[in-house]
Amino acid sequence: MSALTNTVSDSLVITRRNLIKVKRVPDLIVFATLSPIMFVLLFRYVFGGAINLPDGITYAEFLLPGIFAQTVVFGSTTTGASIAEDLQKGLIDRFRSLPMSRSAVLIGRTVADLGLNAISIVVMALTGLLVGWRINSSVPEAIGGFLILLVFAFAVSWMMALVGLLVRTPEVVNNASFIVIFPLTFVANTFVPLESFPSVLRTFAEWNPVSTVVQAARNLFGNQPDSVPVADAWSLQNPVLYTLIWAAVILAVFVPLAVRAYLGTAKR
Amino acid sequence: MSRGGSQDAVVVEGLVKRFGGNTALDGVDLAVPEGTVLGLLGPNGAGKTTVVRILSTLLQADGGRATVAGLDVATQADQVRGVIGLTGQYAAVDEYLTGVENLEMVGRLYRLGKKEARSRAVDLLDRFDLSDAARRPAKTYSGGMRRRLDIAASLIARPRVLFLDEPTTGLDPRSRLGMWEFIADLVSDGTTILLTTQYLEEADRLADAMVVIDRGRVIARGTADELKAQVGGERLELTVGSVPELARATEELRSLALDEPRSDEQTRRLTLPVSGGAATLAEALRRLEQAGVTLLDVGLRRPDLDDVFLTLTGRPAEDAAPSGDGASTPARTEETVR
Ligand SMILES: Nc1ncnc2c1ncn2[C@@H]1O[C@H](COP(=O)(O)OP(=O)(O)OP(=O)(O)O)[C@@H](O)[C@H]1O
Ligand SMILES: [Mg+2]
Repeated sequence: MSALTNTVSDSLVITRRNLIKVKRVPDLIVFATLSPIMFVLLFRYVFGGAINLPDGITYAEFLLPGIFAQTVVFGSTTTGASIAEDLQKGLIDRFRSLPMSRSAVLIGRTVADLGLNAISIVVMALTGLLVGWRINSSVPEAIGGFLILLVFAFAVSWMMALVGLLVRTPEVVNNASFIVIFPLTFVANTFVPLESFPSVLRTFAEWNPVSTVVQAARNLFGNQPDSVPVADAWSLQNPVLYTLIWAAVILAVFVPLAVRAYLGTAKR
Repeated sequence: MSRGGSQDAVVVEGLVKRFGGNTALDGVDLAVPEGTVLGLLGPNGAGKTTVVRILSTLLQADGGRATVAGLDVATQADQVRGVIGLTGQYAAVDEYLTGVENLEMVGRLYRLGKKEARSRAVDLLDRFDLSDAARRPAKTYSGGMRRRLDIAASLIARPRVLFLDEPTTGLDPRSRLGMWEFIADLVSDGTTILLTTQYLEEADRLADAMVVIDRGRVIARGTADELKAQVGGERLELTVGSVPELARATEELRSLALDEPRSDEQTRRLTLPVSGGAATLAEALRRLEQAGVTLLDVGLRRPDLDDVFLTLTGRPAEDAAPSGDGASTPARTEETVR
């Protein structure tokens, strides 16, 4: 067998192992989907009235792509906590003593978490449809919208994998990633239009990849009517391209770093 | 010294490992001939786990070299992983997977086919008395069951060389006996084993040869008999009625001892290295009777590995503190060190 087929088959074994945990601990999936549902309902009904939107778009349509993005980015933080847990329980040592592919443990982890994120998105989309969100685009565009959310989340998972390998304590990994993820998802166009931001934050928000993944999703789901202007920043004018560049750069940097950290976990 | 040669399945030469300023291994040499068991003994913090982790490619040494089945652990780590099985000091099983799933997963990662992984898993679960629990998540297993599952996992691909880091710690006596039989079977099938243990009886039972390390250095090596001979003499061991009597007995008998007597207040037991056999025993009894010391138990025995350990390291085998600090090390050991 070639190295590539070995990597693929080992990664599948690990992905399957990670998904079995989801099956055995249904709370995981319940809570992973419950909080986005709660977010949808809270923002739609509690804050929705207070947020000013230009004519031509309902808050539900504006909101859902933002919730999708926030949820999958948060969902990716579980990658770090799960890897830290495996480290603590000695499973990473077990895997490292086996003649398996060197990247399979991390691939299997990030792919399983991608699967969880896909499930969350489906649940949120269904909830969204109930509260007035609509897809106003073609089927391929809508699929593109879901894909770009998942691609970006997959890249974030690899960042979190590195955090998990370096921090090593699941609870700390969670807190550490929230410190990074909260500002990224809130200083963005996730819940409110960028026009309402003070200027410095606004520039940050315009170039924040979370804003652009949200914008890309809005465009692809047809939740951005022509009557509503988008900020002039190049990032927001070309959100799909800009987001994909970010995802590619994150993967190019963090995949090798995470694999190296994985191989060196015991050196300390 | 390493005996070298192609018949050694494991060869370790001048192995050095530092953690920050702490030197965990300070030039360890050892060899395990093909198809034999080497017992690696030493008090807590001696460096046993560090040796095992370097040999199983989890850690990189700072100096020296090591080969497993003729493969260099530093430069041929991938091939080494294909021929070894590792049971680490702490059980590494996936709690959410069942027993069968755990073993199948490891089997698949050793590149066994689906069918083979499954049938090996079923065999091993049976062998380790886990058949009834095979379809339950390992989360529901007791500590001993996890331990057995962990060992089964390291055996799934029939490794040529097996590393067992304290394999029977936490097992009840029956499981321990079962494990010993199993290890003996593995050896008769040609598996080479390096095993660390805190149980000297276990090393005595299983190991063809032993290496004793302390603070990262080899301090003795040989068969159990050779080590015992190295310590020499016999041991006069007696249990007295009360703690004050223990001190009195120690004073009375000190002149009979070849070396500093060892007393334990908790068990009220006194151990003296002696020579002269029955005559010495009779003399001891006479003196104690004169001093009015109540004897609960008395006997003469050959030194066991505990004595070997104590004599060589100045600390008993199960003592927790590697630095020999007062908290967990009774005063008696300090006397023996000097
Ligand atoms: N990852 C690590 N970082 C820092 N120091 C370490 C690390 N691993 C081991 N050490 C140190 O190296 C020394 C040897 O440890 P090791 O675990 O090999 O001992 P051991 O003989 O297996 O002890 P025990 O019987 O308690 O299992 C100890 O002083 C320990 O503190
Ligand atoms: Mg140890």
